Amino acid sequence: MGCHVDSIAEKLAEKQKEISIGEFFERNKHILGFDSLTKSLVTAVKEGVDNSLDACEEANILPEIVVELEEVDDREYRISVEDNGPGIVKRKISDVFAKLLYGSRFHDVRQSRGQQGIGVSAVVMYGQLSTGRTTVIRSKVKEKDYAVEMEITMDTKKNKADIISEEVVLWDEKEHGTRFETTIKGLLRSGDHSVFEYLKNTAIVNPHARIVFNCDGDTTVFKRATDQLPPPTLSVKPHIEGIELGTFVKMAKECDRRRKVSSFLVNGFSRISYRTAREICEAAGVDEKKKPEELSLAECKKLLKATKKVKIMAPKTDCLSPIRSMLIKKGLKNVLKGYRPEFYAPPTTREPCVYSGNPFQVEVGLVYGGDLPSDGAVKVLRFANRVPLLYKKSGCATTTAIKNIDWRIYGLDQRGGRGMPSGPAIILIHVASTRVPFTSEAKDAIADIPEVVDEIERGLRECARHMRTHLNKEKRRKKVSRKFMIVKDILPMIAEKSAVIVGKDPPSLDKVMTKIMGVVYVESSYQWNNGHCHVSIDVNNYTPRKRKLKVYLEKPYPDNVAMDTMPEPRTDGEYLEWHLETLKPSGLQQINFKFDNGLEKEDMDGLEIYIEGIKGTSLIGAEPLPDDWDVEMAEIEKE
Amino acid sequence: MEKRHNDAVKSLEDIAERFYDQLEKGEIPEMKISTRSKNNIVFNKKMGVWKYGRSKSSRSAKKLKGARMILRTLYMMDFIRDMIGDEKSSTLREMYYISEGWDKAKFGDQSESDRLAEDMEIVTDCLREDFKLRPEEDGARLIGDITIKERTRKGDIREINCRDDVGDSGYTIPYNVEEDKVNFGDLGVDFLIAIETGGMFDRLVENGFDETANALLVHLKGQPARSTRRMIKRLNEEEGLPVVVFLDGDPWSFRIFASVAYGAINSAHLSEFLATPTAEYVGITASDILNYDLPTDKLSKNDKKALEQELEDPRFNTRFWKDEIETMLEINKKAEQQALAKYGLDYVTDTYLPEKLGELGFF
Ligand SMILES: Nc1ncnc2c1ncn2[C@@H]1O[C@H](COP(=O)(O)OP(=O)(O)OP(=O)(O)O)[C@@H](O)[C@H]1O
Ligand SMILES: [Mg+2]
Repeated sequence: MGCHVDSIAEKLAEKQKEISIGEFFERNKHILGFDSLTKSLVTAVKEGVDNSLDACEEANILPEIVVELEEVDDREYRISVEDNGPGIVKRKISDVFAKLLYGSRFHDVRQSRGQQGIGVSAVVMYGQLSTGRTTVIRSKVKEKDYAVEMEITMDTKKNKADIISEEVVLWDEKEHGTRFETTIKGLLRSGDHSVFEYLKNTAIVNPHARIVFNCDGDTTVFKRATDQLPPPTLSVKPHIEGIELGTFVKMAKECDRRRKVSSFLVNGFSRISYRTAREICEAAGVDEKKKPEELSLAECKKLLKATKKVKIMAPKTDCLSPIRSMLIKKGLKNVLKGYRPEFYAPPTTREPCVYSGNPFQVEVGLVYGGDLPSDGAVKVLRFANRVPLLYKKSGCATTTAIKNIDWRIYGLDQRGGRGMPSGPAIILIHVASTRVPFTSEAKDAIADIPEVVDEIERGLRECARHMRTHLNKEKRRKKVSRKFMIVKDILPMIAEKSAVIVGKDPPSLDKVMTKIMGVVYVESSYQWNNGHCHVSIDVNNYTPRKRKLKVYLEKPYPDNVAMDTMPEPRTDGEYLEWHLETLKPSGLQQINFKFDNGLEKEDMDGLEIYIEGIKGTSLIGAEPLPDDWDVEMAEIEKE
Repeated sequence: MEKRHNDAVKSLEDIAERFYDQLEKGEIPEMKISTRSKNNIVFNKKMGVWKYGRSKSSRSAKKLKGARMILRTLYMMDFIRDMIGDEKSSTLREMYYISEGWDKAKFGDQSESDRLAEDMEIVTDCLREDFKLRPEEDGARLIGDITIKERTRKGDIREINCRDDVGDSGYTIPYNVEEDKVNFGDLGVDFLIAIETGGMFDRLVENGFDETANALLVHLKGQPARSTRRMIKRLNEEEGLPVVVFLDGDPWSFRIFASVAYGAINSAHLSEFLATPTAEYVGITASDILNYDLPTDKLSKNDKKALEQELEDPRFNTRFWKDEIETMLEINKKAEQQALAKYGLDYVTDTYLPEKLGELGFF
């Protein structure tokens, strides 16, 4: 029996040999995002475009990208991606495009789209596997006045390129840039998981790029919305907080031999000064003069544990490039033009955080209502380092975070307070990191790292709270408008009809009206005349009591001048303040004035009127004076 | 103008005045009215019928719905006042169409205006006939040896024997069956049998059951109109005719019986005029379905829901009805009156009714 086992083991041993990385991925295409024909097209385009955007941003160039797709045979597409990036030097081209795990991002701790050195080589490999065709690359660097054109295939066993031809060509219309062209098996679809959707969403969060999409002869141009490149992201060293023991040990072993532990800590990690390094060593009971490579596993453990006791500054944030609230809003407005949502929650950009030593930052946007479809599940737009994620939604940290929340308390439908909420809303989530924790090399979905899920959840809740406030206001407004209907339309008719039947004059309704309404109602309007913005504010006391009210209006800009004010305001500084005469029940006080030239409609949007002297729940059309109003005022006065 | 109409106008004006006074005092207009639901009907021992209880609902102009109801009430009052002043009358349907011109006071559909007309009866203690409102002609029929003295449009009294002077379809019950319109003469029948479906009524007529059994046959036509119930009530009370009710064997028939015998939830304010507490249910009972092995249908979802509601209905809170309802739920079956035809066309008059009426002591 034992003998038998041995011989099988021997047999197996004959078969056991090293598998090249190329062969491995050849068998496991799905890991790289080539698991279906539709998805393969999206993945191929995405790998090309991501690289182009990375390259341009790194070289401080406003990206100009042309994507072409053409069906050349049944379910075979010629795909090309061309950019105006810095180009690739001749000797590197074959490795970039035909060597897996070759790239410039892997060892660089910085926010970029590429991070593994697999992306575009995988496209080349997949094209070759599925159609047997070669890939042609053309690239020109600024220093040369010619371009290099190379035709290659990939030797998956050796994980390197076979160069079929290589020549020097003129590429006069281009100062610098790269273009690659390959043919892959695929299927062109429209909808949520399409190439078009990927490019559109890319345009949303990369408004500095101009992207031309040429698809079987139809051209779409996603125009550039800003000439401002996102601020360059800097490389940073990893942050020690949460770094894994294995990584730490490896870093210690690979460290320069001449260094001591303390300088290893200072040079290997961000935000550690010599003083903190010494504190860490002391707390860990490790000699700071020791050579890092001589550290035992137990000592490494102690050191990591000690970092928890020592105060270390949070990671630097200049390695991250959030989209920022304005662009999120702009991006959303761009896609949602047709839907006219009634409410855009102010987008949230959370403070940077760390998971396993990697800084990351979460941003969330949310829109609600209008013509957005109110049946089905809420639509979610997911982004990682400004790259749209279209696939594997259910296995994504964004989805986990959404499902963790009981959306019913914020005003969306959700069966049993669990799972995807439904209703007329769209949620945008962006996770930026020097190392986005993807679930696989295909970079389809973000892994459920507790810190990340937690941050997303917090961001979502912030937006959701705004939505709730909005919905409550809406509800109150509806209730009041129903009351208005009673008071304006129905009550007078009741009075008239009962008077006719009884044969008397209709009674006065002032008192009943205020009893039904029970609110102070503020109506404001803005009109432009000869360049002046005429403002009128009507304050109606629809409560059954006399009211002494104060009205505050912040000027759109501190130096705006209010003219012809009726009545005179008490204060006319950066804000206007009126102390109104006592208003009887059903009484109305109008305020009229105009602002000098130069105000646009947008300047008046969201301008708040504050009222003092009535509680918020009995106030419609204005806000109650916030508690910190005086504090704000004091600060403004100091300047 | 007759006094009953005059009084009605006076009561309406009183209510309008109440709204007026509320407004003048700066109060939010409000009216209270008996809650019209099965939770608010109670048995009146003296009258032997079910009437509205003490629970009141309030309609206040504080809410949009309440304000609209008050406005509609006033418009309807004004309309009735004018109509009576002009010595006219109108059907409920006509009033509904007229209300189309009432701007913010118009109704969504006729059931709303019909219901408000009933509300007015409740708050004024008048009948809608006092308001000169009448329902559409419903034409329920009656056959048997009784002579009815009906005042014609011209004002003469016409005597009609409902066996000899009528065709096969019988005497049509008018919408007004009060004494000013209908009175009773000679009576040659022993009891009254009220029948749910037209098919069964015609079967009994064709088989001459009115003569063989000395019965007055009354067609209920589904849920019976007020005039039909009032007619049965008067025959029972004034002429001493015992009343039995012969219906399909399903949950809806149980409700028809309750409206004939106990009082309907929608018109509980008039139960003492409309309900005949001594009426007896002949069938089809749930046990008939088993005993006579009748062809059946399965209970639908709605049937079951109706039965379950009936178990909660105070009017059905008796041993007899609890057994019937529970048995029906248990066998999960219902049967039509005409299912008796399984045993031949004469079976109902030769066997079923004699047996069942015999149990009740009529045969
Ligand atoms: N269009 C381009 N212009 C300039 N350099 C490029 C371009 N495309 C790729 N590169 C370089 O080639 C490297 C390898 O690209 P590849 O897509 O294979 O990996 P990556 O982008 O680093 O990581 P990932 O696997 O996550 O995409 C990149 O890191 C970059 O340095
Ligand atoms: Mg890449």
